[in-house]
Amino acid sequence: MSYTVEGSTGAWEVVVGLEVHAQVVSESKLFSGAATAFGAEPNTQVSLVDAGFPGMLPVPNRECVAQAVRTGLGLGAEIHLWSRFDRKNYFYADLPQGYQISQYAHPVVGEGAVEIELADGARKRVGITRLHLEQDAGKSLHDQHPSKSYIDLNRSGVALMEIVSEPDMRSPEEAGAYLTKLRQIMRYLGTCDGNMDEGSLRADVNVSVRKPGEGFRTRCEVKNVNSIRFVMQAVEAEARRQVEVWEEGGTVRQETRLFDTARGVTRSMRSKEEAHDYRYFPDPDLPPLVLEQGWVEELKAALPELPDARRARYARDFGLSPYDAHVLVLEKETAAYFEEVAHGRDPKLAANWVMGDLFAALNRTRRGIENPPVSARDLGALLDLMGDGTLSGKLAKEVFEAMVETGQAPGAIVEERGLRQVTDTGAIEEAARAVLDGNAGKVAEYRGGKDKLFGFFVGQVMKAMAGKGNPALVNDVLKKLLG
Amino acid sequence: MSLDADTVRRVASLARIRMEPAELARMEAELNGILGWVEQLQAVPTEGVEPMAGGGAVSLRLREDAVADGGKAEAVLANAPDREGAYFGVPKVVE
Repeated sequence: MSYTVEGSTGAWEVVVGLEVHAQVVSESKLFSGAATAFGAEPNTQVSLVDAGFPGMLPVPNRECVAQAVRTGLGLGAEIHLWSRFDRKNYFYADLPQGYQISQYAHPVVGEGAVEIELADGARKRVGITRLHLEQDAGKSLHDQHPSKSYIDLNRSGVALMEIVSEPDMRSPEEAGAYLTKLRQIMRYLGTCDGNMDEGSLRADVNVSVRKPGEGFRTRCEVKNVNSIRFVMQAVEAEARRQVEVWEEGGTVRQETRLFDTARGVTRSMRSKEEAHDYRYFPDPDLPPLVLEQGWVEELKAALPELPDARRARYARDFGLSPYDAHVLVLEKETAAYFEEVAHGRDPKLAANWVMGDLFAALNRTRRGIENPPVSARDLGALLDLMGDGTLSGKLAKEVFEAMVETGQAPGAIVEERGLRQVTDTGAIEEAARAVLDGNAGKVAEYRGGKDKLFGFFVGQVMKAMAGKGNPALVNDVLKKLLG
Repeated sequence: MSLDADTVRRVASLARIRMEPAELARMEAELNGILGWVEQLQAVPTEGVEPMAGGGAVSLRLREDAVADGGKAEAVLANAPDREGAYFGVPKVVE
């Protein structure tokens, strides 16, 4: 079922392309030795290069180039051994140089593709046009003073990867799935931390609409959308607006717009009207960036396993369902947790505990997988206690809850609370006899053919044993005594 | 190729340079003169010659990823026309 916007003249198709700005994971900036860490005191991570002082020379950071190449490889893209930095000229208070060093005509990475997963299980390929390196700008604070903006240049000069997609997406869901996938791949690669709250990943969303079967119509660019949910909302809001413009007999003008998250609508950014003439030219401070094929091969050989490969491996080697494999690889921390629990154990059982009890505990305690209330090691130990018969499934759940509450290891909880499963048939028989003796009437009914009462006896014995009887043994003993 | 007065005004505005009408006329003549010289270069046959991005056949030197700078907020802010605490102060620019 394809997505359309219903207008008064019928259905409209939506066409979406994304330009994603991803902050590169590195210690220092793209062209200076100042630190990139988030949250430092204002203007303390600024070199004279980042502040645009006259006469300062930019020198590129090898690791930032490597991160761009790794990302390109992860996107299955062509790596350009010859690329070049250009100046993109515009004036804004958070851009002290008066230009951004970017790559315009010759980006370091060319065409690639990612495969996205949709809710109905369908998969779709989204083309990548290019990836290039550029400098981030500083940060403006507009709400500190009635007539002034405050500028902090700590972010100025931090390396960004701009990743441009083909206009291949056809719905808000596809746009969201694409950004999710891109973020996932970069987090696996360790090239971008994907932290959208801190602005590590921002998207410019290009939207147009058309009647099915038509060529592309004029697009608008919705700037600087900073969450996956907002990207999806912006696509929907902008598509609706354009449908209305066309249907009222108007024309959509190519322009830059902003998404107003509070009102859920896009509005025109007038100040950008004239800024589109960026007068790019090769940066005279920076000769071409020439990479060696051997270095690219080394980076390629050292790439970690990517989510698609990992998902396939979970299905193939562990026999997990496509859905379970998909969920477990979404975040690389979840996958790492799962693998530690599954190591040397039954992977399906491990998957059930991670996706069931652990996820529930994370929700309840409002903690993330990187800071879980129960460590992977402890959860693994709990599974071992089930494996060796110390704990029944039911007792294991009880121990798990105690682990969430106290942070203790399962062995300690079992000892302390005496939760060890009783496998001593003598003790079980004793409890069972007591139950049968106390329920002579029911025993007679059972023997008279009321088979359903068996469950009642099991329940009573378990209750008498405070839930610690081994369920299989309790069954056996009761069958024997009642038989 | 030659520039008209409107283009000169637009280029000046993009470069944030204020120009009076008399200056614009002079600038139009000067820029057209420069473009004329550049046009002479077009006569040189460059078929099959690779474009050169900079002087000589040098390529970029890269540096290692280490924090070696920063921690000099006072120096960075020293020439600011206006500052607010540890921030630069600028006229409010908000969309």
